[in-house]
Amino acid sequence: MSFFDIITNYKWEDIKSYIYSRTADDVIKSLNKTKLSEEDFASLLSPAAESFLENMARLSKAITLRRFGKTIQLYAPLYLSNECINSCVYCGFNRKNVIPRKTLTFEEIDKEAKAISSEGIKHILLVSGESPKHVSMEYLKKATEICKNYFSSISIEIQPLSTEEYNTLYHHGVDGLTIYQETYNMESYKKYHLGGKKTDYRWRLDTPERGAEAGFRTVGLGALMGLEDFRVEEFFVGLHARYLMKKYWKTHIKVSFPRIRHAEGGFKPEYPVTDRNLLQSMFALRIFLNDVGLVISTREPSEFRDNILGLGVTQMSAGSKTNPGGYTEKTASGQQFSMEDTRSVKEFVESLKKKGFDPVFKDFDQTFMGGVA
Amino acid sequence: MFTNELIIAGRKFRSRLMLGTGKFPSSKIMQQALEESGAEIITVALRRVDINDKQDDILSHIDTNKYLLLPNTSGARDTEEAVRLARLARAAGCEPWVKLEVTPDPYYLLPDPIETFKAAEILVKDGFNVLPYINADPVLAKRLEEIGCVTVMPLGAPIGSNRGIKTIENLRIIIEQSNVPVVVDAGIGAPSHAALALEMGADAVLINTAIATADNPVEMAKAFRYAVEAACHAINAGMPTEKLRAEASSPLTGFLRD
Repeated sequence: MSFFDIITNYKWEDIKSYIYSRTADDVIKSLNKTKLSEEDFASLLSPAAESFLENMARLSKAITLRRFGKTIQLYAPLYLSNECINSCVYCGFNRKNVIPRKTLTFEEIDKEAKAISSEGIKHILLVSGESPKHVSMEYLKKATEICKNYFSSISIEIQPLSTEEYNTLYHHGVDGLTIYQETYNMESYKKYHLGGKKTDYRWRLDTPERGAEAGFRTVGLGALMGLEDFRVEEFFVGLHARYLMKKYWKTHIKVSFPRIRHAEGGFKPEYPVTDRNLLQSMFALRIFLNDVGLVISTREPSEFRDNILGLGVTQMSAGSKTNPGGYTEKTASGQQFSMEDTRSVKEFVESLKKKGFDPVFKDFDQTFMGGVA
Repeated sequence: MFTNELIIAGRKFRSRLMLGTGKFPSSKIMQQALEESGAEIITVALRRVDINDKQDDILSHIDTNKYLLLPNTSGARDTEEAVRLARLARAAGCEPWVKLEVTPDPYYLLPDPIETFKAAEILVKDGFNVLPYINADPVLAKRLEEIGCVTVMPLGAPIGSNRGIKTIENLRIIIEQSNVPVVVDAGIGAPSHAALALEMGADAVLINTAIATADNPVEMAKAFRYAVEAACHAINAGMPTEKLRAEASSPLTGFLRD
């Protein structure tokens, strides 16, 4: 039994018409409940709920404050490689794109890690395209060993692996996994993922589950916002998160809201997502799943990031570069997407403090992992 | 005389209030709140600090000449992890005191009784003063006391819930039976809850979320200080016993001659 068995019980179009048929009364009823059903969650994602965005913001803010305080946990990505065997139409790393390709050497990983940690970052996210030839298990193990010298928490956002492979990485010191389904719509998924291993919808859908089973402490999910109707998409993100929270009760689940930005290849999203849409999704998720981690990256502009503090988000990246070698090298390799918030870690931290939020650099310790290393 | 002093493992502390350090909007505000609270025992999650770094943002705001820095193992999923963290703190120069938290579920952070007991056994033998965070389970409290824990710290309600003393019936039993100080930890959301815990006979309370997430944490720290002091005065004054129904003040049987 996996989430695949659950999601196949739903029809995308049925959920869509259910969401679009919700009324103001439905929304009010849902907002007044302390325990929300999936029908309530659908109400909060509906067009009818847009008139209640301010009420949702207040509720989401109160829940977030009680559960997480006025804190934001910081992390940064370290891009290992932009080599990729897939051709995802929206991604800068698409194998068909002619960009300068690069895979960091171990020496370069060390340099990048050093540069990132010198800014104070202690939670690192290792990112790569899907190219087992360049980013093999051996490569990942060594990269992890290097990063342990600089960071207290190491997560990965790489090609989906098997449970055994994840378990091996966990034993080497990787404590978290991020993997986006991109779209939960099976038909659209085919349309966007034209080649490579990524064409397998189910293999990807089951990935968070394999990660949790392998022992990872945190598992991050999300839909790439813009590929499909965000209301339906986020409904399935919420169900997926809830399913994982119940089944893997020791794993902390977090949800990201990556919005499609300009990338090499010139992809224009068919379903553009406005700020209002993104916030509605975030509030609905927070009200539906009070304890889930919510992540907003530097894909979003600085002004937007500053304004949403306290309203639901719990983790944010800072000072990010999305190309391999980006932190230390002058000649740039191809990046995955372009960033909006280009502030340094220091500048971002200043801004957090000014708004009354405590930047949390460290929220894990490699000592937890000591027994398995 | 019931004073605002607490004795744990033979050591005297100036207040029955203990504070946690999570969720504050800044380390500076945390520091001011600690000051206002009058607390002497301050707990810090080892996962949140770099224990070997004196410049660490949280640690550098806690004066260890004024406070007992009580490291906690929050986030540990099992015995091994908790033991390892406690030893790490001691190796880094912390006093051998540990607030033992084994909380495998990352959402409600409820304590795992089995792993907590096993870790407590190891750490007590290892020379630690162990203060275990537990559910309000009277039998577990006795078992932990038997193996040498220096307090028990049962929860009033799930961590961060601000729900107050919801485990009241079991807490009464723990307080009645315990030979070590009982510290009500977690769930206390208002100064009145803290006062209630002490009035019921608890020896101390530990507060974090209620202070850290208040609009004004420093003012709220003060409020908790007063609540704890108020309870101490009330206990000294002699709490009137609760009556189930109203009692007439002129006697109904006053006419009887013999």
